[in-house]
This record gives sequence, C-alpha cells and structure tokens, in this order.
Amino acid sequence: MNHAATSAAPVPAILAEVKPAVLPRPALVENHRGFAWISDKVCGIIEEPTPKWWWVCFAVAVFVASFTVAGLTYLVATGVGVWGHRSPINWAWDIVNFVFWIGIGHAGTLISAILCLLRQKWRTSINRAAEAMTIIAVVCAGIFPLFHVGRVWMAWYLFPIPNANGIWQNFRSPLEWDVFAVSTYGAVSVLFWYVGMIPDLGLLRDRFTAAGHRLRAFLYGLFAMGWRGSNRHWSNYEMAYLILAGIATPLVLSVHTIVSFDFAVALIPGWHTTIFPPYFVAGAIYSGFGMVLTLILPLRAVYKLEDLVTQYHIDNICKITLATGSMVGYAYMMEFFIAWYSANPNEGFTFINRAFGPYAWAYWIMVTCNVVVPQFFWFKAVRRNTAMVWVLAILVNVGMWFERFVIIATSLARDFLPSSWGYYSPSIVEVFTFFGTFGVFATLFLLFIRFLPMMPMAEIKAITPQADIHAGSGHP
Amino acid sequence: MPAKNYGLIAMFDTPAEIFHAAEAVRDAGYKFWDVITPFPIHGMDRAMGMRRSSVPRFSLAGGILGFATGMVMIWWVGAWNFKLTVGGKPLFSPLFAFPISYELTILFTAFGTIIGLFLLNRLPMHYHAVMKQPHFQRATDDRFFVVIEARDPLYDPAATKALLEKIGGREIAELED
Repeated sequence: MNHAATSAAPVPAILAEVKPAVLPRPALVENHRGFAWISDKVCGIIEEPTPKWWWVCFAVAVFVASFTVAGLTYLVATGVGVWGHRSPINWAWDIVNFVFWIGIGHAGTLISAILCLLRQKWRTSINRAAEAMTIIAVVCAGIFPLFHVGRVWMAWYLFPIPNANGIWQNFRSPLEWDVFAVSTYGAVSVLFWYVGMIPDLGLLRDRFTAAGHRLRAFLYGLFAMGWRGSNRHWSNYEMAYLILAGIATPLVLSVHTIVSFDFAVALIPGWHTTIFPPYFVAGAIYSGFGMVLTLILPLRAVYKLEDLVTQYHIDNICKITLATGSMVGYAYMMEFFIAWYSANPNEGFTFINRAFGPYAWAYWIMVTCNVVVPQFFWFKAVRRNTAMVWVLAILVNVGMWFERFVIIATSLARDFLPSSWGYYSPSIVEVFTFFGTFGVFATLFLLFIRFLPMMPMAEIKAITPQADIHAGSGHP
Repeated sequence: MPAKNYGLIAMFDTPAEIFHAAEAVRDAGYKFWDVITPFPIHGMDRAMGMRRSSVPRFSLAGGILGFATGMVMIWWVGAWNFKLTVGGKPLFSPLFAFPISYELTILFTAFGTIIGLFLLNRLPMHYHAVMKQPHFQRATDDRFFVVIEARDPLYDPAATKALLEKIGGREIAELED
C-alpha cells in the first residue's frame, strides 16, 4: 500500500520540457592524468636508456633493409632487366609497391589534417606517429619509380630543370603529374610534421637543459627554433596549423587521384574507368589505417600508453577501417556492374578474367582481405580484442597489396589481342627489393620513436578536461 | 655593464587562473605584455585583446604564386621555349596543366604559411629574456606565466608588481634582458 502511495506522484501526459539524456563523452586521456604526467610519459620514452628490445628490433630491421640495398645495387650494376618485366607486362611489382606504400601514407595525413578540420579530438594522441608513418611510407614508395627509370643518376630529368638537350618533360602525361603530386605530398607532410613538433622540441630542450645534457639540449633547441610558448606565437601557430590542415586535405585526396590517373588515363581494359580516383582514395585510407593499427598497438603495449591511446581510439580506427573497407568492397561490385552495363566485350572479359582467370588466386585473396576481413570490425568484442585487431590489420595490408597487383597485372597480362597475352612472375631481385622496404620502413620508424616525441604533448594537454578554462567553475 | 630590466614575470597554476589574469592585464591597458603557456588555451587571444593572426595573407600569396608558377611554366616550356607536338595534342591547354598547377598551389601555400609563421613570430630566436627565469623550464611543461615588459608606457615596477600580485601571480620576478 505504502509503495503505491509513493509512486503515484502525478506525471503529466505531456511533459512541459523534454531534456535529452546527456551521454557521457569518452575520456580521451584516462585516469585524469595531469599535464606533467603527459610530459613525463612521452619525454620519458626518449630520455630513458635505449631498451634492449629496441636494439634487437633495430638490428633485425637493418638486416631486412639490406635486402633492398642489395637488390637496388644489383639493379644499378646490371640493368633494369633484372626485374621480371617483359612484354606485355612492363610494369608490375614496382608500380604495385609504389602505390601500396603511397596509399599507406594517406592515413597519416587523414588523421592529421582531415580529422583536425572535423574537430575529432581523439586524433591528437596518434597523429604524430601516423604522420611519421606517412613520411617514411613516401620514402619507401619513392624508391620504386626512382629505380625503375633504369639509369637512376638521370632521375633528375623528371623535374623541369634545364638540361643539355634543351627539351622538357611531357606535361601532358599523368606520370609527370605524379612526380609533382608525390614530391608535393612528401614536402608538405614533412613541413606539417615538423611544425607540429616545434612546441614539443621546446619542451625536450628545456628538460635536457634542466637535466644537464648540454649536447642534447643544444640539438633539440636548434630545431625548436627558440620556441617559448608565447601566446602571441600560439595565435599565429594555430592559424598556420589550421591552414596546413586545410591544404593537406585536398592534397591527400589529389595525390591518390593522380596516382589513379596513371592507370585511368590509359586505354587498357580494367584501367580506363572514372571510378578510379574515389576508389583509390578509399583504398589508400583503408590500407593506411590498417598500418596505423599495425604500428600503434605494439607501441601502446610496449610503452604502456593505454591512458593516451584508449579503447575509444582503437574503436574509432577500427570503424574507419570498416567504413573505407566497405567502400572498397562497393567499388569492386560497381566495377563488375559497369563492366557488364558498358556492354564493352573487352571490359567484360577483363573482369571475368580477374575473378576466374590465371590470377584468380590473387583476386580471391584480395576479396577476402578487403571485403570480408573488415566486416569483423562490426563487433565490439573483436574491437576490444587487441591481438585480433592487430592480426586483422595485417590482413588489411596484405589485401591492399594484392588489390594493386590484381589491377595492374591482370589488366596488362590479357588486354585486347590474345596473341600478346602473357603471365607475370616477379624475379627474385624484385621480391628481395620489396621485402627489404619493410626493413627500411621499420628502421626509420624505430629511429623516430627513439629520438622524437611520439605524441604531440602540447595538443594532448590542450584536450584534457583540466585545460578547459571553465574547469571546476561549474560551467558546462 | 648593468643588466637592463626587461620586465616582470608572474607564475600561475591553472588555465583558468591565467585566463582571468590575462583579462585583468588587458583591462589595465597594457600593450607590451605576453602570456606564456605550454599549450594553446582556447579563447586566450580574446582575453589578451589580440587581433586575428595575419598568417593567411602569406598563405594566399603563396597559393596564387604557386598556381601562376604551374600554368606559366607549362605554357612557357611547351608553347614557347620548345614546341613539341606529342600525340597530336595542343601545345598548351589549361586542362593538362591543371593537376601540376594544383599541386604547386598547395606546395607554395605551405611554404607561404610557414614563412609567414616564422616571420610573424620572429623565430628562430634562440635567446630570450624569459628563458633566463629559473622557472622557465616549466613554461613548456605545466605552468603558465604573464610577462609585462618594461618598455610598456604604463610599466611601473611597484604598481605593475602590485597588479600581478592582485590577480594571483606567484614567484613574481624581474627579468634581465
């Protein structure tokens, strides 16, 4: 009886005011860490004595990188024929590897630029490492076209530099556009990365000065440019950072668009399609996020960065991988549809040949890794299982390499005339050279985490709750 | 030679304290003063009464220069300096010149932005009076400072110090230039 009396408070049929439920925002820095904790955590990685595992990894990475050095030395000493290119496939692993590495770089720029414009604050703790990944991936990508020119000492002919022959580059060619796109991408990525790092280099300078390491204080200080945290500087700095983010966004979209023009402007069936630019950009971001997960999960475990790279971060990266992977899957379906709908027999044959021809094995690896694998990220239990996320991320990278291989090799191997058909197999030199680039990548990335601040400390501090000037004053 | 007085510095512990301190210094009418923080504080530009940054002018100049460079270069080499017909295509067309001009627009915008950033901030400047202050190493870590320069017409060692004390500044010290 008593119970009924208390619950009988009059509830009007129509509420005077509807208050939507306020959902708690996930904390971007867990355990209420303070500013000094963030500085100590990230700088501590650089200040501590070099850990043993670092030396082991570095030795392995340098050993693997030596395969690229050996492969390229042999190529320069002998000639570009040491790669497995022969008619009709004069362009295979080198361009596959180039597109693969450039694509990986794109997630770094997406995180640092596009997510900055979209005010996705969770980007802060992963953007520095992702940008480093971008720059290193561009270095790995550049190796392949550079050495495919054959006489690599003539590679400067790619740029419009006056030469003894008095002739110029063919600016009508997408390959020349690619030279400008990739060079600009590399340059702007380095500048964006460096500008973002200046305040953190200032912090390292001050810490090394306080600890009495004069040489290190000098070197970090040199690159910190005398940064002193003045708000009159921050004002210009934030504006410059916003503009760099604003121009890096169209840049990243244009780079892979121009990379796709390398194929789309040609007349080969399977290449000559307008879907290529968006399809390549989605694939690039998909593969890049796969690589971000591949790198950030081990770093998080080794350096105990769980408070800075939280489960929320991993969830978000997995969801972007799922979204872009699904776009890629949609593009695969749409390619088939258009091949049928165009009623062009060569186009139709190319796609049937991709799925059921001599390269069917590569095609189905691609479909499995790029269409099926990301679908696991729908499930929260999968996203919370770090080991499984890592394995899936590796499969994403495998799948995207095969995507480029399928597009390039199948189209060239069987184009218009059956009399000029062929089958491409790489030479051992090509395999070694590509294998070695993973060592080049790992070597440079290990140097980065050893000597440079892996996370943008100033930016992370700015997104903590205590950085809000209304903190504790009762304002929402 | 006696060291010249650069000004007064005061330390604050939280972003809210420095924000209200900046508003108080602005309202007191000082012109040559600064706030030093380890990270950008949202709304600080208005609390200091600063104008919008002029970095975008450099960016715009860079962008225009980049686009013009692309178009003019491709026209000059193809349609003027060495006329070479390839595949029956025109010697110059803004369409095929566009991708490269687009990339150069972005490249030169980035250069302009960064040149603007360094010029406006007068960096690199590896020595500055505030760096000599014993607590400065925390300025890039977790503390916040207000600096009022001696060249400000309102500067008066006693009155300025009283103002900094009133708004909650700690460890108030004179800076030598």
